[in-house]
Amino acid sequence: MSSLLSLVSHSPESTREIGRILGQAAEAGDAFLLTGPLGAGKTCLTQGIAWGLGVEGYARSPTFVLVTRYRGRLTLHHIDLFRIEDPLEAWDLGLDEYLSDSGVCVVEWADRAVEVFPPDCLWINLEYGSEETERQIDINVKEGTHTRLLDGLKRAPAWKSGNVETG
Amino acid sequence: MKILGIETSCDETAAAVVEDGRKVMSNIIASQVDIHARYGGVVPEVASRQHVIHVTPTVAEALEVGGVTMKELDAVAVTYGPGLAGSLLVGLNFAKALAFSLGIPLLCMNHLEGHIYSAWLQRDGDGAPDPEREPGFPFLCLIASGGHTDLVEMEAHGRYRLLGRTRDDAAGEAFDKAARILGLGFPGGPEIQRVSGGALGKEALPRAWLKDSHDFSFSGVKTALLHKAQDRGIYPPPGELEGADMEREVREMASAFQESVVDVMVSKTLEAAEKRGARGIILGGGVTANALLRERMVQQSGLPVLIPPPILCTDNGAMMAACGYQHLIRGHSSSFDLDVDPSLSLE
Repeated sequence: MSSLLSLVSHSPESTREIGRILGQAAEAGDAFLLTGPLGAGKTCLTQGIAWGLGVEGYARSPTFVLVTRYRGRLTLHHIDLFRIEDPLEAWDLGLDEYLSDSGVCVVEWADRAVEVFPPDCLWINLEYGSEETERQIDINVKEGTHTRLLDGLKRAPAWKSGNVETG
Repeated sequence: MKILGIETSCDETAAAVVEDGRKVMSNIIASQVDIHARYGGVVPEVASRQHVIHVTPTVAEALEVGGVTMKELDAVAVTYGPGLAGSLLVGLNFAKALAFSLGIPLLCMNHLEGHIYSAWLQRDGDGAPDPEREPGFPFLCLIASGGHTDLVEMEAHGRYRLLGRTRDDAAGEAFDKAARILGLGFPGGPEIQRVSGGALGKEALPRAWLKDSHDFSFSGVKTALLHKAQDRGIYPPPGELEGADMEREVREMASAFQESVVDVMVSKTLEAAEKRGARGIILGGGVTANALLRERMVQQSGLPVLIPPPILCTDNGAMMAACGYQHLIRGHSSSFDLDVDPSLSLE
């Protein structure tokens, strides 16, 4: 069973706030897999997750270096697969090592290497909304596994546009 | 005093010999850009393997071109951060082994500080004055590259204050992404500059000023470019446009993007310089090889602007040697236990 938790963000600030709530709930070994077009707010959401983990400052786009590490209450591995065209290249990056260590991973453009990820990761898709700063944030929820991560978001219903069962 | 500088923080294997912190005796750079171009950017694992292959011949060539034997070296300076961990390790360990075997000081240096010291390097005996005397401290430094966009105040040798940095994309990274959106090659900066020539300037893209902050943001202009490119049928490739129409649209949009990024970098640098009472401006990093940025900064600045030639703006060993010299004459040297620090900052 999986369902979709759909949120609407009206500004980069509220996208970061959604990230912060996720980051606060994160535990060692969690992985957030982000998808969505250029400019949809993946790095912005990551900045919030980093804040939730106690990282200071703004997490920057790691496209150039592919992987950046931030120190917070847990280590955050911020990974960007934008330039990856073949999932095998993700192995070359050592992606499996980051996923299996005791930190938290955020992977932008995770759809470039779907098969590399274990099944319990949290997939989050960001899309442009109808207004310039509006973003649709869809979190793919697997029943029983992601309750801890999503409780906080469900308690803060300001962004919630619907909780749709997808079977 | 002759110092060998080694730099392997990203995708250039570089070595140089510099005399007394200013005179460039040799400056050898083995670029991997062709190898990384097919990935649209630097691949860390590939980069470190290439450094292993290139580091020995690059250092040998730097000594040969400089007419210096190993025994004549007074110290070895090397980058230990920030950068890609695997790449930094190659240069650092090579430098440690060399300094240890020669019994001379090891100077582990910050890559960003190195970029600033490019301003101290003299081109073939051009007799430029020592920046310390003319125009003198404090300097406002803009370090912009694929991995960094930092505004740093340099109060004196070794005294830095990080005033601002990018909150999302580094300037060079923004150029890379823009080039990709417009169907151009890697690295994006030179490509955008190349196709922008002759643009009529009909397009405009937004600027993120982040008022009351010295930080930068290049994410918004990238998104605005993407939307325009989609509207005009340029993106996703292959776009609907063809031939001369496509060329014209790409030229105008590349130019608008370059204008936006350059405008923000110049304005924010000058604003910070004024606020901090700087006596001069120093540019460093690959993005500062951009012709429009150099031209605008000089035009708009009331202060002297120290801009190294493009070959000393991009990563090089000479800047690390110049940086090492300033530390050495102040009695510094590094421990052979020092490890790389990929996220080292300047403060």
